Amino acid sequence: MLELILFSSLNGVLYGMLLFMMAGGLTLIFSMMGVLNFAHASFYMLGAYFGFEIAKHLGFWIGLFVAPLLVGLVGALIERFGLRQVHKHGHVAELLFTFGLAFVIEEVVQMIWGKLPVDYRVPEALDFVAFTMFGTTYPAYKVFMLSIAIGMFIALLWVLTKTRVGLIIQASLSHPHMVAMLGHNVPRIFMLVFGGGSVLAGLAGVIAGPALVTQPSMAALLGPILFVVVVLGGLGSLTGAFAASLLIGLVQTFAVAINVSLSDVFAFMPFNPQVGTVLGDLWSVTVAQVAPVIPYLLLILILIFRPTGLMGNRET
Amino acid sequence: MKRYAIWPLAALVLLALPFVFDSGTSLTKMSLMCIMAVFALSYNMLLGQTGMLSFGHAVYYGLAGFMSIHALQILAGPSASMPLIVVPIVGAVTGLLFALIFGWVSTKRAGTAFAMISLGLGELVAASSLIMRSFFGGEEGVSADRSKLAAWLGLDFGAQIQVYYLIAAWTFFAVLAMFAITQTPFGRMANAVRENPERAEFIGYSTQMIRFISFCLSGTFAGIAGALAAINFEIMNALSVSGAQSGAVLLMTYIGGVGHFLGPILGAMLITALQISLSDYTGAWMLYFGLMFILVVMYLPGGLAGLIMAHEPVVRAGHLQRLIPAYLLAAVPAIICLSGAVAIVELAHHALVKAATEGPQMSVIGIEFSSKAPIPWLVAIGLFVTGLLLSRMTWPRVRDAWSEVHLLMKQS
Amino acid sequence: MTATIDQPQQSPTAEKASSALQLRDVRKQFGQTEIIRGVDLEVQTGKRHALIGPNGAGKSTLFHLISGRIALSSGDIAVLGQSIVGKRPFEINRLGLSRSFQVTNIFPRLTVFENIRCSVLWQMGHRYAFWYGVSKLKAVTERCEQVMDQINLSQRKDTAAGVLTYAEQRALEIGLAIAADPKIIILDEPTAGMSRSETAYAVDLIRKVSEGKTLFMVEHDMSVVFGLADRISVLVYGQVIASDTPERIRGNQAVREAYLGQAEEHTA
Repeated sequence: MLELILFSSLNGVLYGMLLFMMAGGLTLIFSMMGVLNFAHASFYMLGAYFGFEIAKHLGFWIGLFVAPLLVGLVGALIERFGLRQVHKHGHVAELLFTFGLAFVIEEVVQMIWGKLPVDYRVPEALDFVAFTMFGTTYPAYKVFMLSIAIGMFIALLWVLTKTRVGLIIQASLSHPHMVAMLGHNVPRIFMLVFGGGSVLAGLAGVIAGPALVTQPSMAALLGPILFVVVVLGGLGSLTGAFAASLLIGLVQTFAVAINVSLSDVFAFMPFNPQVGTVLGDLWSVTVAQVAPVIPYLLLILILIFRPTGLMGNRET
Repeated sequence: MKRYAIWPLAALVLLALPFVFDSGTSLTKMSLMCIMAVFALSYNMLLGQTGMLSFGHAVYYGLAGFMSIHALQILAGPSASMPLIVVPIVGAVTGLLFALIFGWVSTKRAGTAFAMISLGLGELVAASSLIMRSFFGGEEGVSADRSKLAAWLGLDFGAQIQVYYLIAAWTFFAVLAMFAITQTPFGRMANAVRENPERAEFIGYSTQMIRFISFCLSGTFAGIAGALAAINFEIMNALSVSGAQSGAVLLMTYIGGVGHFLGPILGAMLITALQISLSDYTGAWMLYFGLMFILVVMYLPGGLAGLIMAHEPVVRAGHLQRLIPAYLLAAVPAIICLSGAVAIVELAHHALVKAATEGPQMSVIGIEFSSKAPIPWLVAIGLFVTGLLLSRMTWPRVRDAWSEVHLLMKQS
Repeated sequence: MTATIDQPQQSPTAEKASSALQLRDVRKQFGQTEIIRGVDLEVQTGKRHALIGPNGAGKSTLFHLISGRIALSSGDIAVLGQSIVGKRPFEINRLGLSRSFQVTNIFPRLTVFENIRCSVLWQMGHRYAFWYGVSKLKAVTERCEQVMDQINLSQRKDTAAGVLTYAEQRALEIGLAIAADPKIIILDEPTAGMSRSETAYAVDLIRKVSEGKTLFMVEHDMSVVFGLADRISVLVYGQVIASDTPERIRGNQAVREAYLGQAEEHTA
């Protein structure tokens, strides 16, 4: 039991940190530009695939460095030549643009690398056991992932609080119009933020690729969860995104480990809904099976009762 | 009065179509176009008319479809009392019911928050389709046999031609109803809420109530579309409640044009036709859809209908011929550019996907070449770039022609 | 803490009947800043009441509080005897209060005719009806044509509101406020940005449509104010420093110092 809690916590925190690597960039983009970037998870996917491709020819470590930068370049180009053009048509058009973009990126990835998962492997240098507890091993690669994620978090914090650009970005989080009126080159900041967010998402992809499966549907699987995190955390709040990422990461990881259903809990009761009916299905579904859905329940509840999110200061 | 003539005309066209296109595939295609037209129009009640962007509209279509397919199962057999023609009512009621429940929750918020709630609800329902196997049938879905229902006027609706007429009739009345709603006090206020939700509150209307009613009506008609789909395909699976289906109707409606009533019908017809026929010619048809969507979002936000209707005043003033030379001139580089783009996509697709199984050789209009050789690529890229550069030169001509026409219309 | 040079005390019920709009110790805070700092104001039924004051005094904020756009921090506002605290804008509108906006707030892609039509639908009883057409409703169409005539936009009735000239949009703005025949009309700087002749026309229009109704308006143009108003209240820094007849306001020392002083030469 303790072993379950310990490992689930570790995995939950890891998953949460991965989510934050993406949700952080997404929150920045959403808060500053008002654009909900549907293609953000696609950048994560591109990071994984670029990392895989570079690792094939030049090794994992070069891939780790180069792939996120490539994704950042793609992001900056998309902002400069795509999003900026659409901006004048309004928020709905921007949303639809990123929506179409996610679709196209998935198709292109499928075309180049195929529909099946690719063999993106953990580098040999990290392919050992970090520690063993209660008879279960914990891989060193996961520790590596965690340290990269934490390092990124610290770096982001430093950039935002100690650099001039970071200060402008912080101001734009809560008062984007004011920042423009103060004379800062907002389009360039937009490009920077969009590109920067893509770099972070790409980095998440490069390191997550070997641990999770690298396949064309990985963006579509992760995308909606990202939105939940961003909305849950609240607009204009990176700490909110951080808290929400950890929350979702832990909740989902724990839920997946719980193989209990209503029928187990109420086994002592004399009646049992029939198998093959709707009630029967609901009765016998385990928490683990419902786990993927829990974030969406949270999303809907938050949007109804507390639309500013856990820590946000603006309404969506 | 001329405007009213379009309805009997449309009815006549629907009646006459099977005589012109009488093959089985054509009938299926036309049936599907009708279904998608109703679905897209129901979606536009939200987006185009009330300004509500939803990413989860397939929920009402799919749930109604499933309810209808179960109804088909129940109504089949000797004890059957109700004929097939009333089954879409099951769809309508199901759509309405779920729209009432989900809509009450969703319409508490507007804008992006509403879009996110719709996304969440869509994912919820899609995910529950795997859990509730008894209703959704798991991976195989649920099937039924529509010809087993009680016959109506001697028809058992087993043949596609009979189903086509059933679908066409229901489509006609659904479209008529949806159009009529746009002309009602509610329909007018929905437009006002879209334009300026704040001001609408100051003239006595609750924007939340307007949005809620819009949502419910939209769900009802989506439900009709779902029921028609169940009748047409005799099978329903989890895809119909999926995010992909919600995305598809969004794509169709937007490409067709959200600003005009006809827009979604155009979009539905176009995308359905392309979906069916394009997949015969190229494996990259999904990519083409995505690119088409992005281009429309970027350069043609009014969609196809917007483009066509922009010419209406010009045609009425009799100045269309002034635009035609410029259009013809701009069309040439545009076609070159398009061919280049298609060539690049097809070469890429062939080299990456087909080459693995078929080898690198491919042929176009009889000419054989390898998709991995440099020359075809150079030709393709050359066409694309040349076309693009030439387009940039000819485009100002189109702009000038339009300015000229505008000036002429102002003077008259 | 208001210096009201007001009418003699009346019994509460008589007071209620004669006051269309009553503000009692209204306060509004944004964060730490108090914008409206205890306003007591009464607009009597059937009277034309103007609110004047320097920029930033809080006039538009007061309008937003009355019409329900923002919520009070404390105090009470009664419209036609009913407290509107916590009510949504549409609820207040249905009580019989209609407003115009200082920054034009119309329905841009709807035509002038459709703009006006939307603003009469509720009051003419059509609610959320989606089962009958709107173009056959003769009473609605007639009322719309009447209003468009009054605001002088009949020739532009099929033009999209967004492409009208500024003055035409201001006229439409007034039209939206008066179309539903409200009992109380509140206008926020109706003649802002208008030329002399346009202003004269607007004043005539406002005088005509407010015949027998209660009018409450914010204005900067002193000729309009002194030409139209039965009573004037002066708002300075979120407080009403004077509420009286135009003559006594003109002669009021505190008002002169705070606001009218420099403008003395320009008043009619």
